[in-house]
Amino acid sequence: MTATAASERAATPTGTARQRTRRKPSLLLVLNVVSVLGGIGIWWLLSLSGLQLPTPAEVVAQGAALLSDGTLQQDLLASLGRVLAGFLLGSAAAVPVGFLMGWYTVARGLFEPWIQFFRTIPPLALLPLVLVLMGIGETPKIFVIFLAAFLACVISTYQGVVSVDRTLLNAARVLGAGDGTIFARVVVPASTPFILVGMRVGLGSAWATLVAAELLAAQQGIGHRMQTAQIFFDIPTIFVGIVVIGVLGLVMDRLLLLAESRLTGWQERR
Amino acid sequence: MTTQEDQSMSPTSTAAGTAKISVREVTKTFQVGGEDFTALDRVSLDIADNEFVTVVGPSGCGKSTMMNILAGLDEPTAGEALVAGKPVKGPGPDRGVIFQQYALFPWLTVRQNVEFGLRTARVPKRERAERVERFIRLVGLEQFADALPKMLSGGMKQRCAIARAYAVDPSILLMDEPFGALDALTRVNLQEQLLKTWSQDQRTVMFITHDVDEAVFLANRVVVMAARPGRIFDVVDVDLPYPRTEDMRLSPEFTQLRNRVWHSVYHQHAGTAADPAPSSTTA
Repeated sequence: MTATAASERAATPTGTARQRTRRKPSLLLVLNVVSVLGGIGIWWLLSLSGLQLPTPAEVVAQGAALLSDGTLQQDLLASLGRVLAGFLLGSAAAVPVGFLMGWYTVARGLFEPWIQFFRTIPPLALLPLVLVLMGIGETPKIFVIFLAAFLACVISTYQGVVSVDRTLLNAARVLGAGDGTIFARVVVPASTPFILVGMRVGLGSAWATLVAAELLAAQQGIGHRMQTAQIFFDIPTIFVGIVVIGVLGLVMDRLLLLAESRLTGWQERR
Repeated sequence: MTTQEDQSMSPTSTAAGTAKISVREVTKTFQVGGEDFTALDRVSLDIADNEFVTVVGPSGCGKSTMMNILAGLDEPTAGEALVAGKPVKGPGPDRGVIFQQYALFPWLTVRQNVEFGLRTARVPKRERAERVERFIRLVGLEQFADALPKMLSGGMKQRCAIARAYAVDPSILLMDEPFGALDALTRVNLQEQLLKTWSQDQRTVMFITHDVDEAVFLANRVVVMAARPGRIFDVVDVDLPYPRTEDMRLSPEFTQLRNRVWHSVYHQHAGTAADPAPSSTTA
């Protein structure tokens, strides 16, 4: 019927675009794999040539050992718990604050100096103070991660709200929309791309802060594991930590990217 | 409404009392870089019920400002704008607005865009769906009802915007260079569709354009504006009968009117020399 005809015809532009990107990745993927394998090969050669590096095989063996005695899972859970708690709290706080700042001049005037000030301080620099004030439990670590995620996301959300196309606001007004409707049905969707970019930056920032915070003060977590390994000169464990951090960061970033393409697929890309 | 119509003040007023839109001595000044800019200088204009008025003029003549004031998106510095005898206070469902940049909500499908105004007006669901279908059909977008705006061509986007404005059934349509960004063929098509629907359900239309042909083809009356300060320069009655046809565009009457309007738009300085040279106060 008409619906299928519509989806067929509407699908043509994306269809061709997808074909184009599908042909490219095959080549790109090959190059990616070649690059990764080559990198590992060079690493292997370097470690065999007398540098104090573990071979990839040693790292994999160490990873398996840590996995089988359960330490890796424990560390992973501890680290992920912290980063997710801090990141989710940070984003959840940043979105309303960013909206308030973009929508109300008063809120902007009140919040902006603080945000601009704390933005210039790496959240980790606050850790000594936070540790003194909040003790050495989970709270201080989650707090600095929260701060890192919040600061990255709030500016982006605010930018999103102030850059909503005026014509769209006018279009909504002439269609009888009041402030509440305009906010919920125009401002929020229009700033979603900005919020998601802010969240991605916030996630990167949260992840960086997490590992550093664990290096400084934790009894568990990937950062802590690496710190301990350093004392015992256990380089393979340090490598396992680095690889795990990298892979997890990548996976989380991809997940957000997926959410982004789902939620903001309506955007016209020129 | 009190009947204190001051005919002498508005040179373009139509028959007494029937004005649907009435702009009275409206002045609008903006601050541009510390300088006052007079977008509209004591402009008066009456538009009768069901009249189709086009407004042409050079950029900066205040035509969009006048439309924004009527739409309720902007307020006059002095004077007043009346719609159906009542002063304009903010936007209202009695006035539909079509923007040059389409202004479709890019995250909503065609159907959802058309539905937007009906939802804010709290039209019940069943009636809403029925009206949405009707207006999507009117502009010929049934095949694209579930497509996002990014899939549509410029002409289709503007048809969607027109359906969205029609859906709330405004008695006045304010159109700000709606076909300005479209190719010539699409534009001619949309002009004819617009006239067809206008003659069917009779609305009052104020249509801004920079295209002299378009202005004459569509209108009962062409209002020519001039810039610095923004004012009405000339008013040309177009007494060609509706429906307007392809052949009419080539008729000597059309050509004559077109030339008259063209002359008014492009040779304004021959008539009035009221052009205060913009003094540069920088440096």
